[in-house]
Amino acid sequence: MLKDLFSKKKKYATIPSEQAKQDVPEGIMTKCPKCKKIMYTKELVKNLRVCISCGYHHPMSAPERIACLLDEGTFHEYDRHLLSKNPLDFPQYMEKIEEDREKTKLNEAVVTGEGTINGFPVVIAVMDSRFRMGSMGSVVGEKIARAIERAMEKSVPFIIFTASGGARMQEGVLSLMQMAKTSAALKLFSEQGGLIISVMTHPTTGGVSASFASLGDYNFAEPGALIGFAGRRVIEQTVREELPDDFQTAEFLLKHGQLDAVIPRHELKDKLTNVLDIHQSRGGDEWHMN
Amino acid sequence: MAYELEFEKPLVELRKKISELKEFTKHRDVDFSDEINKLEARLEKLENDIYANLSPWDRVQIARHPNRPTTLDYIDRLFTNFFECHGDRCFGDDEAIVGGIAKYHGLPVTVIGHQRGKDTKENIRRNFGMPHPEGYRKALRLMKQAEKFGRPIICFIDTKGAYPGKAAEERGQSEAIARNLFEMAGLAVPVVCIVIGEGGSGGALALGVGNYVHMLENSTYSVISPEGAAAILWKDASLAKKAAETMKITAKDLKELGVIDEMIPEVRGGAHRNVDEQAKYIDDVLQRSLRELLPLNAEQLIAQRYEKYKKIGDFIELQQHVSVM
Repeated sequence: MLKDLFSKKKKYATIPSEQAKQDVPEGIMTKCPKCKKIMYTKELVKNLRVCISCGYHHPMSAPERIACLLDEGTFHEYDRHLLSKNPLDFPQYMEKIEEDREKTKLNEAVVTGEGTINGFPVVIAVMDSRFRMGSMGSVVGEKIARAIERAMEKSVPFIIFTASGGARMQEGVLSLMQMAKTSAALKLFSEQGGLIISVMTHPTTGGVSASFASLGDYNFAEPGALIGFAGRRVIEQTVREELPDDFQTAEFLLKHGQLDAVIPRHELKDKLTNVLDIHQSRGGDEWHMN
Repeated sequence: MAYELEFEKPLVELRKKISELKEFTKHRDVDFSDEINKLEARLEKLENDIYANLSPWDRVQIARHPNRPTTLDYIDRLFTNFFECHGDRCFGDDEAIVGGIAKYHGLPVTVIGHQRGKDTKENIRRNFGMPHPEGYRKALRLMKQAEKFGRPIICFIDTKGAYPGKAAEERGQSEAIARNLFEMAGLAVPVVCIVIGEGGSGGALALGVGNYVHMLENSTYSVISPEGAAAILWKDASLAKKAAETMKITAKDLKELGVIDEMIPEVRGGAHRNVDEQAKYIDDVLQRSLRELLPLNAEQLIAQRYEKYKKIGDFIELQQHVSVM
């Protein structure tokens, strides 16, 4: 009958059975949070964790970043032997650190070391947002400061990849002071003529954006990265002003003159190599420089 | 109107009782002097008890007292010839930070500090002492000027934090703070910082990288406000009191953590009780600090500052072993 065509059919959502759930092992597929496309994790990783359909830059772990950026086999890690303490006797802090150490196989939220990028030697620090949201406590500050000191001793450029929610609440004011410690180390390095490159990745906020992340001779960011001092929610609640959709993204910062460039992940190694090259070469024989 | 703090309530009640009694004896022919003396002795004891056992949360209340002396109150009392300089030469003049040149016991200095307002109108003008990037850039401009002319720098810290807002983000709040940390670390002149009220996070630290950092007894210095910490940690801002106890934000705690050099005592009940007296306490410590720093040359000053911050932090260092990924 014709009217059957218009009658409402009851729709039921299908809930996958336990069996069906187990058919797809955890982590084999990844859903892009931006375009919602579901893709093989393997394929995504091969594409440097950049979404194949929309170009969204998924967060990268520090080991992944180092593997894709430094020349194979050149990385030599520093200071794996520093571990966090609980200076404020904060409940459950040590348990959480232990969990993240287990999960990430890292000692803390930053990996530091040296290696080469297309043959150019660098000291590098890469933050990892999987470890306590990349927050900066005493160990993170100390590892970064020591890495800068090593760059100073060796007279090689210092590159930092940031990914952090900011200072680590559980270490209180000691975390805040790491901002001063790392900035002071960069100042000494800079006075010596050292080259500082900061690459801000998603997210770079609070105390980290208000210290070393913003202090590069060159400040770069990955597309779409959230970068800012105060969180969006804090601003909306305190000043109740309408914020644009792209507020505090890398592109927003570029537009407001806060960045040198926004660089897609696939181009990063080449662009960094170019900057390192310009700082290394002296212009050849026909330019006589003192 | 007198502003009373919660922990002071028993004192206020007792004082009221005493004055009532005194008033009463004035008009009647009865002698209550015995009772009055007894009550006054009790008041004295109670005051001692209360002020000797202030909890961190009580101190937060004192640090936020509306009558707590501000940067300009201390500039008036500690310096002569103060001349205020305005503007960052890029965008504007942020009145949440004041700064200028002055003489300190005859010595030319540059003095800079966060500035809260004394009433609502002034607070709006001064944005409740919460600076925008142009405030930090003005401060840095004045510090560089001090360096050029070889003047020591004195910073007063008193802010809830750098202002969180759209305009502040657009103009690079993060960069402005970071730049100050970076440049202050390299200043070739002595820098003495004094936390006089609230030291709120990066917004406070941006005037706080010094050779010496001192704190008034009832001031606080923290990575985040107690309310903010409570909201993040327990998702409940009303647990601020608990957060204040946990976060170690008082002068005594920070001295123990090695973050500050000296705790400057306050007049009993808080600096607002006697600003002239309080200024004298600050004067003592400031004079001593400058006398120690003035003989140092630029290199020594920068090295001393670097060592000071390099030492701050608490962690475990295991036997060195290097691993390769």
